[in-house]
Amino acid sequence: MLAFLVQRIGQAILVMFVISVISFAIQDGLGDPLRQMVGQSVSDAEREQLREDLGLNDPIVVQYARFATNAVQGDLGNSYFYGEPTLDVIMDHLPATLELVIAASLMIIFLSIPIGVYAAIRPRAWLSKFFMGVSTVGISIPVFLTAIVLIQLFSIGVTVDWFPADTGWGQWLNDVFSTDGGMPSYGRGQELTHLFGTWDSNFFSWDGLLHLLLPAVSLASIMLPLFIRLIRAEMMEVLQSDYIRYAQAKGISPWRINFLHALKNTMLPVITVGGVQIGIMVAYTILTETVFQWPGVGLMFLEAITRSDIPLIVAYLMVVGLIFVITNTVVDLVYGLVNPTVKLTGKKA
Amino acid sequence: MTTATANASRWSRFRESFLWYSFKRDKVAIVSFVVFVLIAAAAFLAPLLAPHDPYDLATINIMNSELPPVWMDGSDPSFPLGTDAQGRDLLSTILYGTRVSLLIGFGAVILQAALGILFGLLAGYLGGRVDSILMRIADVQLSFSTLMVAIIVGAVFKASFGNLMFGEIAIYLLILIIGVAEWPQIARTVRASVLAEKKKEYVDAAKVMGYRTNRIMFRHILPNTLSPIFVIGTVQIANAIISEAALSFLGLGMPETQPSLGSLIKSGFDYIQSGSWWITLIPGLVLVVLVLVINLLGDWLRDVMNPRLYKG
Repeated sequence: MLAFLVQRIGQAILVMFVISVISFAIQDGLGDPLRQMVGQSVSDAEREQLREDLGLNDPIVVQYARFATNAVQGDLGNSYFYGEPTLDVIMDHLPATLELVIAASLMIIFLSIPIGVYAAIRPRAWLSKFFMGVSTVGISIPVFLTAIVLIQLFSIGVTVDWFPADTGWGQWLNDVFSTDGGMPSYGRGQELTHLFGTWDSNFFSWDGLLHLLLPAVSLASIMLPLFIRLIRAEMMEVLQSDYIRYAQAKGISPWRINFLHALKNTMLPVITVGGVQIGIMVAYTILTETVFQWPGVGLMFLEAITRSDIPLIVAYLMVVGLIFVITNTVVDLVYGLVNPTVKLTGKKA
Repeated sequence: MTTATANASRWSRFRESFLWYSFKRDKVAIVSFVVFVLIAAAAFLAPLLAPHDPYDLATINIMNSELPPVWMDGSDPSFPLGTDAQGRDLLSTILYGTRVSLLIGFGAVILQAALGILFGLLAGYLGGRVDSILMRIADVQLSFSTLMVAIIVGAVFKASFGNLMFGEIAIYLLILIIGVAEWPQIARTVRASVLAEKKKEYVDAAKVMGYRTNRIMFRHILPNTLSPIFVIGTVQIANAIISEAALSFLGLGMPETQPSLGSLIKSGFDYIQSGSWWITLIPGLVLVVLVLVINLLGDWLRDVMNPRLYKG
């Protein structure tokens, strides 16, 4: 186990090194820092002096070493736009994104497991076919489009008058199909609960939860079909195995077999894929946050791109890279703990 | 003469093949294929079919902006699906936009297939250090999610080229970005089938006959790994179209003057609060239908060719 741990952590450090080199290359390759700092009236000699003072004439390896030393100490430079350390800016915006990811993950866990298990146990039931059909369509809808449709339906609202309004049933059907709208679709709302540090939470007030609902649903919608399909496929395979047949032959109740014995082994691959997917959700927050103007790191990153705020872009890359690397490493380690056979393959690779 | 008979026999072989047989019996596959062909044909014949030319600034009248589709009040019959915020005919813009989206989708898949096949073959056949380096890169890139990689590369390109320059060569850049971001998917598939193929006797036979490694890889092994490439390539077209739409929606893709479906959705989204839902939702519907039929065709291909792809 220790060898496995060391190997994974070594790999994580290697990946972070590559990310830092890429980030450094971006910082170095995009634009001239002097142009950002000084006006036109500064003479060439002064520019050259400043260049020397800032260490811009040093060999590239020396410059990278300085960048990396600062980065390890938590100094990734100052944002051009905010005028404060980029890490502080990111820490201000990170809670919003994390809460979005947490809310979406909760929705995925509590919906995908029952639906996936049901679709595996009763593959021929019309409800399973319905769920599988919806998930096929769901995979084909980009997340920002789901978000826009949700806004149109529940925030702007739809009035339906397809049915004759003068009859009782027509009026009733019109009411059923129309939505009044009014769900918040912009930002996090005013009633945030202050937790600690810079963490303001949406979870503890009704208004906060309402603001969270539409963004979280659209973020969850991108991963939900994938998880339903995965759980269904794994569960169906587990149900074919000998130990399940043996349990069935012994007359153990189907409920106990399905949810105690089968589900346990179904969840093994789901943990690996799932953990990685939740990391990937950070990428999709960029889209969701743009649509809902959710003040998280995704929106901040996109604004940094339009403002050419290069230090902030670089800092975002480093932080998100770190998040990815940590989730992947933790997922690997957890998987190694719950499934001891993985250690053998881990050694070989 | 000989080519004619060869073509005829190839056609009759196709008619008798299992692929054609299962296609005829699968209603979903037939409908998806027909819908896809209709959309693709309409998109590529856009200059002939479209009632207006959305690239021709002289024909656009700002007074026509935000007209609703014909089935709603206050519409103009010469704009069947209404107009966008600049007064461009939405039907024509969608036709041209679909063409751009399809071009980028296919272009990106061709690029990623070229990269994926090359790296997958090298990794699978040569093994050893080449294999572990290439697959480690693929792992890292996949764990970052292809969308994230595409967004980052897009952002860097946009910052280094500047808005105007980026807009002019956006199609090529998007093909490059998406192709480079997605190559690991195909490389992994190719590598897996190469590992299975290289143990077979025909490879040993080729080696004994003294063929060079390149020839064995590309002429002998590659043809036997094509069916999983087709399956995953089909799904990847859908993914590439979605990625392009996502990038354009974020403003890292096609400019408004030469819109794809994604940038149409983006420009329409600014007007959704004022009630003009059609500018964003009709291109959105086209995008979803296009991606859905490609995905359904991919599902069907996977069932027919049955390479063991979707595991773990």
